[in-house]
Amino acid sequence: MAEGGSWFEPKILGFLCNWCSYAAADLAGMSRMEYPPNIRCIRVMCSGRVEPSFVLEALREGYDGVLIAGCHPPSDCHYQSGNLKARRRYYLLRKLLRELGINPDRVRLEWASASEGQRFAEIVRDFTEQLRRLGPNPIRAMRVGGGE
Amino acid sequence: MAEGNKLNLAIGLGATCSGCDVTIVDLAEDLPKILSSANIVFWPTAADLKLKDLEAMADGSIDLCLYHGSIVNEENAEIAKLLRRKSKLLVAFGSCACFGGIPGLGNLTNREQLLETVYGTPSTENPNGIKPQGEVIVDGYRMRVPRRLDLALPLSGVVEVDYLIPGCPPQTSQVRDSFEAILSGNLPPKGSIIGPGKNLCDECPRKREGKAIARIVRPHEIIPDPEKCLLDQGILCMGPATRAGCGAKCIKANMRCEGCMGPPDGIRDQGAKMLSTIASILGLEGEEKMTEEEVAKLMDGIADPVGLFYLFSLPSSILRRKWGEV
Amino acid sequence: MKSGREIEIYPASRLEGHARISIFLDEKGAVKDAFFQILELRGFEEFCKGRLVEEMPRITPRICGVCPWAHHLASAKAADAVYGVEPTEAAKKIREMGYSAFFVHDHLLHFYLLALPDFIPGPRAPPAERNVVGLLNRVGKELGGRLLRAFKYSHEIQEIVGGRSTHPVFCLPGGVSKPIGEDERAKIEEGAKYLLEFSEATLELFKKALLGDDKYSKMILEDKNVNRVNSLAMVGDGDSLSLLSGMLKAVDPEGRTIGLFEPKDYLDHISEHVEPWTYSKFTFLKALGWRGLRDGKGSGVYRVGPLARLNVIEKIPTPKAQGAFEEMFEVLDKPCHSTFAYHWARVIETLYAAERLMELIKDPSITDGDIRNIPGSPRGRGVGAVEAPRGTLIHDYTSNGDGRIRELNLIVPTTHNNSVICMSVRNAARDLIKSGSIDEGLLNEVEMAFRAYDPCLACATHALPGQLPLKVSIFDSRGTLLKEISRP
Ligand code: SF4
Ligand code: SF4
Ligand code: SF4
Ligand code: FES
Repeated sequence: MAEGGSWFEPKILGFLCNWCSYAAADLAGMSRMEYPPNIRCIRVMCSGRVEPSFVLEALREGYDGVLIAGCHPPSDCHYQSGNLKARRRYYLLRKLLRELGINPDRVRLEWASASEGQRFAEIVRDFTEQLRRLGPNPIRAMRVGGGE
Repeated sequence: MAEGNKLNLAIGLGATCSGCDVTIVDLAEDLPKILSSANIVFWPTAADLKLKDLEAMADGSIDLCLYHGSIVNEENAEIAKLLRRKSKLLVAFGSCACFGGIPGLGNLTNREQLLETVYGTPSTENPNGIKPQGEVIVDGYRMRVPRRLDLALPLSGVVEVDYLIPGCPPQTSQVRDSFEAILSGNLPPKGSIIGPGKNLCDECPRKREGKAIARIVRPHEIIPDPEKCLLDQGILCMGPATRAGCGAKCIKANMRCEGCMGPPDGIRDQGAKMLSTIASILGLEGEEKMTEEEVAKLMDGIADPVGLFYLFSLPSSILRRKWGEV
Repeated sequence: MKSGREIEIYPASRLEGHARISIFLDEKGAVKDAFFQILELRGFEEFCKGRLVEEMPRITPRICGVCPWAHHLASAKAADAVYGVEPTEAAKKIREMGYSAFFVHDHLLHFYLLALPDFIPGPRAPPAERNVVGLLNRVGKELGGRLLRAFKYSHEIQEIVGGRSTHPVFCLPGGVSKPIGEDERAKIEEGAKYLLEFSEATLELFKKALLGDDKYSKMILEDKNVNRVNSLAMVGDGDSLSLLSGMLKAVDPEGRTIGLFEPKDYLDHISEHVEPWTYSKFTFLKALGWRGLRDGKGSGVYRVGPLARLNVIEKIPTPKAQGAFEEMFEVLDKPCHSTFAYHWARVIETLYAAERLMELIKDPSITDGDIRNIPGSPRGRGVGAVEAPRGTLIHDYTSNGDGRIRELNLIVPTTHNNSVICMSVRNAARDLIKSGSIDEGLLNEVEMAFRAYDPCLACATHALPGQLPLKVSIFDSRGTLLKEISRP
C-alpha cells in the first residue's frame, strides 16, 4: 500500500497554548468555521512548555506535521516570554530536523489570539495543504512500506 | 551462583574501539580482588574461549556478561543474542553498547553510501568499484566478511539489556562502584543505568550562573576562564544534558563536556534536551525586536547540531537516524 | 571442482569479529595461499563528514582505544593546518610530552604482553603457559610488579596532560587546553624517571632473553620469514627519528631513498588498493604501482612501524637509544627485513620515547602558560601525519568555510602494513605447514609472524593481556570438516 497522492490525508498534532490558540481553536469549532479534521490538539499551558522532544516523538509516532501555536510576540504571553523561548527552540529544531533528513516545514510555529478563530482555521487549512504536497512523513512511510 | 560462590563473568564485544577493554585492564590493581570473586569464562581479548564452547554452555550459566561496542554487522547481532541466552545479567558497558556511541553516527548515512565513500577516497585506486561485503569466491575458495547492517544499534537494539554502565570509556571508579553493586546484589531496578542520576553540572567544580549568552563560541576561539562555567562563556558544554559520574574529567582539562555519559535520569533524548537548554539561554538580549530571520540566523551559529548534541546517542535517540527526505 | 582443504586461524577469536587468518591447502596438503582478513568496518571516513574540524581530535580517537593518542595528535595537526595556525612552543612540547608517555606505554604493552609470551615460555610450550601468567612465572613476580607500576605511571602522565588517558581531550587547533602546573611537573618527572629506568631494563632483558638465546636469536638473525620490501617513515632533521613532525621518506629494499615528501603531498606518492575479501585496503607506493601481494624489487609494497622507522632514519636524537640503534645495525643489515626484528626495534624506540619524555619534563618552559594561538577562519585543506606506535598515520581534512568537514581521508598503520602482514603470514604458513601436517606450535609461529606487526585491529582491534585465541579448521576437498584444533 502506498500513501501520498491527492487522497493522502495528513495527520497533524497541534500543541496549543491554553490562553490563546486553544481558545482560538475552540472559537473556530463553535462558530462552525470550516477547517480540515486532520488535526488533533493537545492543550499546553504555554507554547514555551513544548519540549523539542514532544515534537520529535510526534514525528516518530507518524504524524505528518506538528503545529505549535501560542500568543503573539513579543508581549501577549501569560508567562512573559514563553513564546519567545518557543521561537528560539523552533528555529534550532528546524535546523536539527534538516540535518536529520526531515523536511523542517513539517513543523510550524504560529501565533493566534483567543479571538482569531478565523485565523486558526486558516492556518490549519494551509498547513494541511502544504503537508499534502509534502506527502507522508518519511518515518511513517517507511513503517507502512515495511522498511523498519 | 557457580563454583564455590564465584561469579561466572564474561566480556563480550561488538563494533568496539577496545577502549572499554583498556578500562577493564586499567583496573589492574583491583583485578585480583574482582577475579577472586569471579571466574572469567569468556573474554576474547584476554582469555581464550571459542564460540563453540560458548554455544555448548547451558543457557543462563554466565552470571554476568559485560558487553562493549555497538552493533553494526550481522555477526555482532548474532553474538549478542548468543550471549543474552547464556547470561543471567547482561550489562551494556560503555556508551557504544548503551546508546550506539560514536560509530552510531553511521546512522547519518546508509550502507551503500558508507561503502561508496570508504572505497572511493582520493587515495584509493579502485577501477572496478570493489566494495567488500558478504561472500566472495577467490581462486575457488569461499571467503566472507560480515555484512554491515543498514543501521548501527545499541545492544538493546537486538536483545534485552539488564543494566547499563555508560561512558566512553567508563571511568575506572565507575566500574569499581558498579562491580561492587553487582557483587553485593545491591542493584537498582532492571533496565536502569548504574551511576548517579543527576546531570554533570551537579558535580562540576565550575561556577555556573546560568547566564543568558549572546552567541555561541567554538572551543578554539577563546581561552576560557578556568573557574567559570563553560556554557556561561558561550561554549557548548553538554553538562546540562549529560549524566554525572565521570568526575567532570574533560571540564578539568578546560574542555567542554561532549556528552559521553549519555542523558541523565528522566531524559529520553540527550540532543533534544540540549537543544532546549541552549534555546533557553541563547540570544535573550533585545530579542523582542528580532525578526524571525534574525532568530533563525542566531541558531544557525550552531553549525553541527547532530554532531554536537548526539555524538554518542544518535541510535538510541527519538529519531535514531537520518531520514533522507531533505 | 574445488580442490584442497581449508584451514582457518582466528587470531582474534571469531567472537571478537575483527580479523581472521584463512589458509588454503592443495590436495597434497601444501599451502596454496593464505589470507589475513579484517572483518569489520565502522566507516569513520563517511560519518565524520559534516562534523566540526575542532571536534575531530575528540572524535577520531574512537577509531582505536589502544592508540587514541596517535589519532588525537594526527587529528590536531590536521586541524592546525585547516586553520593555518601553528601551536605555541609550549603547546608543542606539552603535546610531545604526553605523546611520549603514551608511546612508552603502548610499546611496553605490546612487548611484554603480546610478543614476549611467544618467546619466553616458547611457542611450543603448553598453551596454558603461553600467557601473562606463564610469563610472570618465568620472569618472576618482581618484574611483573614493575611492569604494572610502569603502566600506572605512564597512565597518570597521560591523564595529567591529556585530561583522560584513553581518548585524550587536550589538543585543539592552535595548541592545548591546559598548561602544566608546578605540582603536576613534579609528578610527571617522578614517572618519567621510572619509565626511563624501566625502558633501559627492558632493552637489557630483550638482549639477554632473546639475543642470548640461541634459538630466538637465530629467529631474528636468520629469519626465513623475510619479505624484502620498501620502508616508509617520518624523518626529522638530518634523517633522525621523529614521531610528530618531519618529512615522509621511503627507502627501497636495499636502503636507497626512493621518495621524500611533505605529508601534505602524500596523495602524489601513496595509493590504496581494494580486495573484496577484506575490509582493509592495501597501500602502495604510487611510483611503483600495485603489482599484487609480492615483495622484491619493483613492488610498491612497503612496511611501516618500528622496524621501518629504524630502516629509514640515520640517527636517533637521544643518546641511549642512539647507542642501542648502532648496536642493532652492527648485528643486522640495514635495511633489515626480518619480521622478528620488529621486536628489537620496538624496545629501542621505547627507550627513545622515555628519553624524550625526560628531556621535555626537564625543560623549564614546559610549565609556560602560553599554550594557545587563536586561529582565524578555516582555510580549506589540512593534512596531519604522525608516527603511531604501529607506523605512519595520516589524517586529511577538507573543511567548508564554516569549519565543517567536507571531505576526509584516513590512512592507518594497519593499512600500510596490510600487504606485508599478508605476505608474512603466507610465508610462515608455507614454511611451517607441510603435507597437511599441522601442530599447534607450528600454527602459533604463523601467528607470531603476524603479531610482530602488532596489527591494530580496532584501527582494527588489538589484544591485551595473554594469548590471542587460535582456531584451525581443516576441511576436505568436498568442504566437509575433517578436524578442528583449538587452543584451550
Ligand atoms: S564506548 Fe568509547 S571506549 Fe568504549 S568501545 Fe565505544 S568508543 Fe571505545
Ligand atoms: S555547563 Fe559544563 S562547565 Fe557549566 S556547570 Fe555544567 S558541566 Fe560545568
Ligand atoms: S566531561 Fe563529559 S565527555 Fe568528558 S568524560 Fe565526563 S561525561 Fe564524558
Ligand atoms: S501563554 Fe500563550 S504562549 Fe505563553
